[in-house]
Amino acid sequence: MDDIAISVKNVSKSFKLPHERNSSLKSTIIHPFKKKTYEHQEVLKNISFEIKKGEFFGIVGRNGSGKSTLLKILAGIYSPNKGSVEVQGKMTPFIELGVGFNPELTGSENIYLNGALLGFNRKEMSAMYDEIVAFAELEKFMDQKLKNYSSGMQVRLAFSIAIQVQSDVLILDEVLAVGDEAFQKKCIDVFESYKSKKQTIVLVTHDMSTVKRFCTRAILISEGDIITQGNPNKVANDYSELNNEVIDKNITAKSEARATRHKTQTNLIGKNVIKYGEDIHLVVDWSKCDKKVKNLGVALYGNAGEYIFGANTILDEYNLKDATKAEYKISAHMGSGNYHFKIGIFGDTDKEIIEYIDDGPEFTIKRNPDLKWEGLSYIKHEWKKA
Amino acid sequence: MKHIFSKQNKALLSELVRTDFKLRYQGSVLGYAWSLLRPLLLFIILYVVFVKFLRIGNGVPNYPIYLLLGIVLWNFFAEMTSQGLSAIVGRGDLIRKIRIPRWMIIVSTSISALINLTLNMVVVIVIAIIGGMHFLTSSVFLPLFLLEIYLFALGITLFLSALFVKYRDVSYIWEVCLQAGFYITPVIYPLSLIKNVNVQKLILMNPLGQAVQDARNVFVTHATITNSEVFHNQFIRIIPISIVILVLILGVWYFKKHAKSFAEDL
Repeated sequence: MDDIAISVKNVSKSFKLPHERNSSLKSTIIHPFKKKTYEHQEVLKNISFEIKKGEFFGIVGRNGSGKSTLLKILAGIYSPNKGSVEVQGKMTPFIELGVGFNPELTGSENIYLNGALLGFNRKEMSAMYDEIVAFAELEKFMDQKLKNYSSGMQVRLAFSIAIQVQSDVLILDEVLAVGDEAFQKKCIDVFESYKSKKQTIVLVTHDMSTVKRFCTRAILISEGDIITQGNPNKVANDYSELNNEVIDKNITAKSEARATRHKTQTNLIGKNVIKYGEDIHLVVDWSKCDKKVKNLGVALYGNAGEYIFGANTILDEYNLKDATKAEYKISAHMGSGNYHFKIGIFGDTDKEIIEYIDDGPEFTIKRNPDLKWEGLSYIKHEWKKA
Repeated sequence: MKHIFSKQNKALLSELVRTDFKLRYQGSVLGYAWSLLRPLLLFIILYVVFVKFLRIGNGVPNYPIYLLLGIVLWNFFAEMTSQGLSAIVGRGDLIRKIRIPRWMIIVSTSISALINLTLNMVVVIVIAIIGGMHFLTSSVFLPLFLLEIYLFALGITLFLSALFVKYRDVSYIWEVCLQAGFYITPVIYPLSLIKNVNVQKLILMNPLGQAVQDARNVFVTHATITNSEVFHNQFIRIIPISIVILVLILGVWYFKKHAKSFAEDL
């Protein structure tokens, strides 16, 4: 049992959310026996797991899945309704960087204050002081008040305190979500060093690449339950799968909205979430337009609005004749991500635009761990020693 | 219990008190000097009003010191409870994001108040020396009564600060209570001014009234009316101290019960 750093046993947590908060004594005095109605929100349902010493442990889940609540329970900020959490050794949680920073104090005073809040006395902080200041690159500013720091400087100071902290277990909550690219690069370096030092880490994150790259084990939480436990790659894929379900629902809702907005009906046949290489069938039906269509154009766009591919019937010398409905098929040789179509239907000339659908059907190409390339599209390539 | 005096807790406590003190006179030219200057100036006003104009203390030996000691003790009680009351809510940012013992926040504000009390006592002693007061040997018992007031205030603060998390009305109610308490406690008037013995007894049942009178008795003049003088029954004499113990136990119990959910309720 000596190699267990944190053991979580049958932890349940629910929040009582009053429908109308009785925040004043008056309402309590006036209606002393009025039954307050609560909504019991079960955030965590009987969760158990163990984290071993030296593990880089990931906790992933969608927003509202209960992962932040779990983290706060691990950190001792919330207490569970049922169950227990046991921690071996010293644990330092970072729910947020720079907790307790006071703008009226100087940089060095804030270092000591923050250190004390994290459980380190002045002597211990003095030993780390020089390294903290050097890492934050703030040597000249330590006697200035924090309110005169730029926000970037404040983050740097907070982060350097965090990484100098010597603790048996570190708990990190999406620390990577803040800061610019250079800062995130620093975080990555720190994670690398943690991993090589066999520091026990619990990381809560949305970023699956971080999970795959650093975590030795992970759990996926959804609606207060652990769905997947163990291999980080498996957890990351299950997480993507979970997201796809939600994306699928969203896409369906959007297409219903689109159908009422435009006369021309545009729909995909089959799934909205597909794998790399599968076919996508787009059906365009302009029977309600009561106009003769000479040209049908379909354009494919990426998530960031990048124009990927476009074609139309005139350029392809395909004669629509008197059709009121057409099908367009492409094969999805694109990287994982979200894509959408834009559709234009034209009359006798290009200038006679019958309808232009800016927000055509969307689809998602699933992340495929077996693909050996990255980016928007596969391009033929070769390597040669030179 | 062994965690209470752990190394981390001591470091945290000293850092919280230090910060509190640093920030108190932030932006003022005289800085820390205000912690001595403020009670001194207040005393001059009181001296002029009560000793020179109203003359209600005639007949009480060393009345200026008698008055000042009462004011200092009352201010300590009022400051500690009213600042401690909002301490948990005021430190909500810490409670929601970090694991620190909740009671630490209350203790740190109470220590700030204690430091202020010490400075004020220095002013009292300096004025007593300047005024040529003859120091009583019984003064050695003075800390006992300061401790009594501290524990009473601590119990109340623990209770109120936890209650304040749920009911924000508490601060207004307490403000009124303090105002009433100021007149119920013989702070600005000598107890001898009240001729009705039953009212005197009632005033001395109150732990603050008893402690203030006892403190004056041991420090300023033995002519102070204390509860050992008013009450002849030994058991009634221990009522005030029993109230203190009861309030402290209640305060600790209530605080402990609700401390776990502060992070959610805030």
